[in-house]
Amino acid sequence: MVEPATDTKSAAKVVPLLKDELDIVIPTIRNLDFLEMWRPFFEPYHLIIVQDGDPSKTIKVPEGFDYELYNRNDINRILGPKASCISFKDSACRCFGYMVSKKKYIFTIDDDCFVAKDPSGKAINALEQHIKNILSPSTPFFFNTLYDPYRDGADFVRGYPFSLREGVPTAVSHGLWLNIPDYDAPTQLVKPLERNTRYVDAVLTIPKGTLFPMCGMNLCFDRDLIGPAMYFGLMGDGQPIGRYDDMWAGWCTKVICDHLGLGVKTGLPYIYHSKASNPFVNLKKEYKGIFWQEEIIPFFQAATLPKDCTTVQKCYIELSKQVKEKLGKVDPYFDKLADAMVTWIDAWDELNPSGASAKVSNGQA
Amino acid sequence: MPLANINDSEVDIVIGALQSDLTSFMNEWRTIFSRFHLIIVKDPDLKEELKIPEGFNFDVYSKSHIDRVVGSSSSIVFSGYSCRYFGFLVSRKKYIVSFDDDCIPAKDSKGFLIDPVAQHLANLTTPATPFFFNTLYDPYREGADFVRGYPFSLRNGVTCALSCGLWLNLADLDAPTQALKPQQRNSLYVDAVITVPSRAMMPVSGINIAFDRESVGPALLPALKLAGEGKFRWETMEDIWSGMCLKVVCDHLGLGVKSGLPYVWRQDRGSAIESLKKEWEGVKLMEEIVPFFQSMRLPQTVATTEDCVIEMARTVKQQLGPSSPVFTRAADAMVEWVKLWKAVGSGSSPL
Repeated sequence: MVEPATDTKSAAKVVPLLKDELDIVIPTIRNLDFLEMWRPFFEPYHLIIVQDGDPSKTIKVPEGFDYELYNRNDINRILGPKASCISFKDSACRCFGYMVSKKKYIFTIDDDCFVAKDPSGKAINALEQHIKNILSPSTPFFFNTLYDPYRDGADFVRGYPFSLREGVPTAVSHGLWLNIPDYDAPTQLVKPLERNTRYVDAVLTIPKGTLFPMCGMNLCFDRDLIGPAMYFGLMGDGQPIGRYDDMWAGWCTKVICDHLGLGVKTGLPYIYHSKASNPFVNLKKEYKGIFWQEEIIPFFQAATLPKDCTTVQKCYIELSKQVKEKLGKVDPYFDKLADAMVTWIDAWDELNPSGASAKVSNGQA
Repeated sequence: MPLANINDSEVDIVIGALQSDLTSFMNEWRTIFSRFHLIIVKDPDLKEELKIPEGFNFDVYSKSHIDRVVGSSSSIVFSGYSCRYFGFLVSRKKYIVSFDDDCIPAKDSKGFLIDPVAQHLANLTTPATPFFFNTLYDPYREGADFVRGYPFSLRNGVTCALSCGLWLNLADLDAPTQALKPQQRNSLYVDAVITVPSRAMMPVSGINIAFDRESVGPALLPALKLAGEGKFRWETMEDIWSGMCLKVVCDHLGLGVKSGLPYVWRQDRGSAIESLKKEWEGVKLMEEIVPFFQSMRLPQTVATTEDCVIEMARTVKQQLGPSSPVFTRAADAMVEWVKLWKAVGSGSSPL
């Protein structure tokens, strides 16, 4: 039986790395009670809360946290017509937080994710591990059988070419989950009682050319390196699909990272995922996705970007064209999505002009 | 530990003996090895008689067997670590598991003895998933599965042809790396088995491996022999080369390669600094070898493992040959190996 850490107050003194360079983005529709448990690890950092659902509801943020909060009214006000690209009634709305952030790094976490314990019983500071991951290089060009070579006690194995040992910058750090694993609805229905109790003590780089399912529950990325690719798509209200937001962002991100020579890591840190969502509700949301992903995956596997796509935005716009061309025939949804991808980039560039930072008025505290 | 549905009689354990006294080695492995048939191949350069304790079911092959079967004018040299390939050649079993003779069973994080043979066989008899990365690692393991977003059409997986294990204590680092950190020992037990994705290249260490001989036997080959090749792993690259060939073959034929569990305990032996003084060549050669294999694509028409090897040998000779005679010799050895495999490695046992 795996359990979350219940007493984090006595956690070892935390040195908050990247305190002024990292924002924590949290989508929520209910409350933020879970922050109490994360307090020793999160308190030094600035939070961006994206409130989904009914904007007239007040979300209470625990005392002592420095935050900005945006609800649907704020999103509409700030983006105007471009707000159409931000999902409603789906945690995909969190990507609005990525867009308005002014920091270099983003860590995003779901509000049902608690602090996990490592096998020795110690509370895991997930944010600290993500920062370690993102500040050390990735090694996408050759697989190291001892996993992360930059880790204390590890190294490159015999046969690993020296010319590849500097690695490349890490754009994404993808963490995992103990307790409720990130299964799709059919798997949840077949195995309702399965819990992830296996702590795999590794961080590894996902090789270039290999796609993976990116989960947004416990994710950290470098906004400067890859931010514009982290669009979580059109999900939820009025859309034919849900629970593919992070997947979509992950596939786009990996193709672009591979093209630009950036690294994606997966593995540690673990968080404790406490809530199993209703598999029947999930099945309805995912239903189309299960069929569509059979077309989507080969599309991304075969996607290539021209040499002159040298920025994330250029790559992303090019991808959106290919989505329209090749996936448009699968369903008109992809036409809309391709358009939304362009709107997203427009909005991103507007809110993040290169050079001077644009001042955006905060949501209500 | 999931029970592999394999009969013990489908497995050969092949040990290349680089040291003559195998008594303590075999005793350490007794509880695990005693149910299997063992093929022990004595390094032809070893002068002393092999000492093997009682209670095992084994066959020993030495220089005289090798000379008789292979002949004297072979471009393949079965000396040092490469002696084990002779064992792969003469085996008639479906699965082969092979360990270096300076490895003993390890203990897991709870202190229980790990049975690497059982884990290797479990790896080989469950599918591999090379076309899409599963973030919860091996989906066929107890307590795990495919994650959300993993396409259903890829969930059957493919046959796993190679299982690469890891090492506690003395990890398989190259000489410069170990020499820089002489006290470093690997104590990190990572509880995962991972399929190495298609087209991702990796260094396959021969220290702790298992493979499906029936599917890919001819692709594990003794070909790359360094001029200064010696009796320590720091002084060889033969397994790295063999593994790259095998990965290309697997990627081409749609077979899988897994890496991770099981761990073995690798005993301290030799000196990285001494090996470093002696042998640099392997490290330099990797700079050419890796890009070469990464870009290798076999023609669609090549459909068998043997033909894959012949085709690769041709390309090696053409593209790498000009830069070093080591590669030309490797290419010749690869062609010779396929001939040998067809003559000796298939059909009924020659011995």
